[in-house]
Amino acid sequence: MLQSLAAFKENATSAIGNAGLQRALARAKPHFAKKRQAAIDLLPEFEALREAAKNIKDHTIAHLDFYLETYAAAVEAAGGTVHWCSTAQDARAAVLKICRAAGVRTVTKGKSMVTEEIALNPFLEANGITPVETDLGEYILQLRGETPSHIIAPAFHLNREDWEESFRKSHADLPADRVFRERRDLLTEARGKLREKFLAADAGITGANFLIAESGTSVIVTNEGNGDLTQTLPRVHIVVTSIEKVVPTIEDTLTLLRVLARSATGQEMSVYTTFSTGPRRAADTDGPQEYHVVLLDNGRSAMAGTEFQDMLRCIRCAACMNHCPVYGAIGGHAYGSIYPGPMGAVLTPMLSGIEAAGNLPNASTFCGKCESVCPVKIPLPNLMRHWREREFERHLSPPAQRYGLAIWAWFAKRPALYRAATRAAALGLGFMGRKQGRFAWLPFAGAWTKTRDFPAPEGDTFFAHYAARQKARSQ
Amino acid sequence: MSRNAIIAAIQRGLKRGPLPTDQQAMLTGRLKAHPRGPIPARGQLSLADRIALFTTYAEREFATVQRLAAPAEIPTAIASYLARLHLPPTLTISGHPSLQSIPFNIPSLRIRFGTALPTDPTCLTLAFAGIAETGTLLLPSGPQTPTTNNILPDNSIVLLPAARITASYEDAFDLLRAENPLPRNVMLITGPSRSADIEQTLELGAHGPRRLHILILDGQG
Repeated sequence: MLQSLAAFKENATSAIGNAGLQRALARAKPHFAKKRQAAIDLLPEFEALREAAKNIKDHTIAHLDFYLETYAAAVEAAGGTVHWCSTAQDARAAVLKICRAAGVRTVTKGKSMVTEEIALNPFLEANGITPVETDLGEYILQLRGETPSHIIAPAFHLNREDWEESFRKSHADLPADRVFRERRDLLTEARGKLREKFLAADAGITGANFLIAESGTSVIVTNEGNGDLTQTLPRVHIVVTSIEKVVPTIEDTLTLLRVLARSATGQEMSVYTTFSTGPRRAADTDGPQEYHVVLLDNGRSAMAGTEFQDMLRCIRCAACMNHCPVYGAIGGHAYGSIYPGPMGAVLTPMLSGIEAAGNLPNASTFCGKCESVCPVKIPLPNLMRHWREREFERHLSPPAQRYGLAIWAWFAKRPALYRAATRAAALGLGFMGRKQGRFAWLPFAGAWTKTRDFPAPEGDTFFAHYAARQKARSQ
Repeated sequence: MSRNAIIAAIQRGLKRGPLPTDQQAMLTGRLKAHPRGPIPARGQLSLADRIALFTTYAEREFATVQRLAAPAEIPTAIASYLARLHLPPTLTISGHPSLQSIPFNIPSLRIRFGTALPTDPTCLTLAFAGIAETGTLLLPSGPQTPTTNNILPDNSIVLLPAARITASYEDAFDLLRAENPLPRNVMLITGPSRSADIEQTLELGAHGPRRLHILILDGQG
């Protein structure tokens, strides 16, 4: 379940103690990293593509106003409608207005993080419209009343017995004594159930991985084919997406696609990559009669020109969370944000405010793995550091931390004193801990030592070692 | 109005007003030129080797591939494929002229041209191009190539003229750009439908076709 942002520390503690979640994490984590590496090893051009992908996004963001206007004009030229929405509330209202005007009662949905961001499903339900999630992972979460714990593998935290239990409970019309021998049996049952929904839906809502300015095209990427059934069969297709998804051309999109699937699932290419441009044309026998794009800002335009601009490059591949030791320990729900992991730690304070989301950019070891695997080279640790600075400047961090930093800063500005003090501390701690080699408890660090031991220093400080080494080298 | 507010916020962030006309012209020029990014070397091969690479990658992604020498071989190939898998001898065929002209002369194979119905088990569609780089098919929509036929049936059989197997996605889109305007829907398909949502373990046959059978037809441009 999505937990509260403010309760991050409690959430994390309970996640570490959750046996089912820990089993799911242990299974999935090495799998993602291994598959990504294998795909990259097969493509010598990967680094060049990464650099090109970064440059395409930077170029687009620097001219975002131009490319959005060009994109919108092309959508309209193809017979579609663009609904510009500053806030989540605007976007929900735009979707409802489209549904009301077209007499829509049921909608199928492809996987979309932006619709999670604007909490579209409860809003539609409250207004008498039934949304049906069709991505297999999103489908079971809807049955269970849960939110995604990962941006590309939403049901990442569930084990097979959870699926069986939910299917038995929700598909009560099927024989109660049926046996799920393999995972495939679960998949087949969901396929049968959702087929009826695809055929009955009045509207289909999808997200977009990319929006192409030159042609007014929305691009979605799926492995299941649910997005294509969602956007092809119903009368109305609504694309719910956000402004940073725009790229100039088809060729730019192809470069980004080459790094997307490899970084995400380790596939060379997703099964279905679909380019949609406007509604059904004059002689067409299928396709939607209406094509709408609900284009959300929700704080993104305010990132342009700031130290957080680089975050607008994000293509939502999830490589950062797949390689993150913090995500790997606690999973996605503990973050209390729609977007978990390193990318979520940078994006969430932008969407929800640093007051509410201050714990997230602090939940990092700064190991740098996220930046090293990012297909568009977002300096995630640096961006988290900027949030920590803002939090400190606005006096949002706890008093003990602020006093501690103030004391440290006083010493750090006086190098001779700093070295003497740290040397004394290192030698003193080393002497006191010489028997056990570690401390189970230390004054002023009780919270830290509660869950781990502090190793006793072995010998002198880093500075002393460094100075000695430099001296030896110059001789 | 939201549109103006969003555009104004972006310009404020970027610390400038609307782009000067010379810069707009430069960006319009880039759109017209649509420059390519780095193209993987692995597809840059002779046609024969592109066909081989396409086959390798398509099979790696769990498609099956069969090579045919002439259109006359298509009906038998399809009939025996369906029989081998114990599938109903029923085929819904997209109404493209290249598919209409196939000499279907097997009485046991029931065929119908048009858009797939939910009860249709198998569709035959025509690929506009194949991409050697990843064993990917390119299928554009049109009055005679409905998207539904790519995605709704349990079994998808795709005819791919060998000469249309390109090195890269870019080469395939160049062919498509030549037939301006861009079709309403363009699908890039790499293997049959699948999901790894249950315990991150890959299972074939999610919502799209459970099987993808590609017929590579020699000697056609």
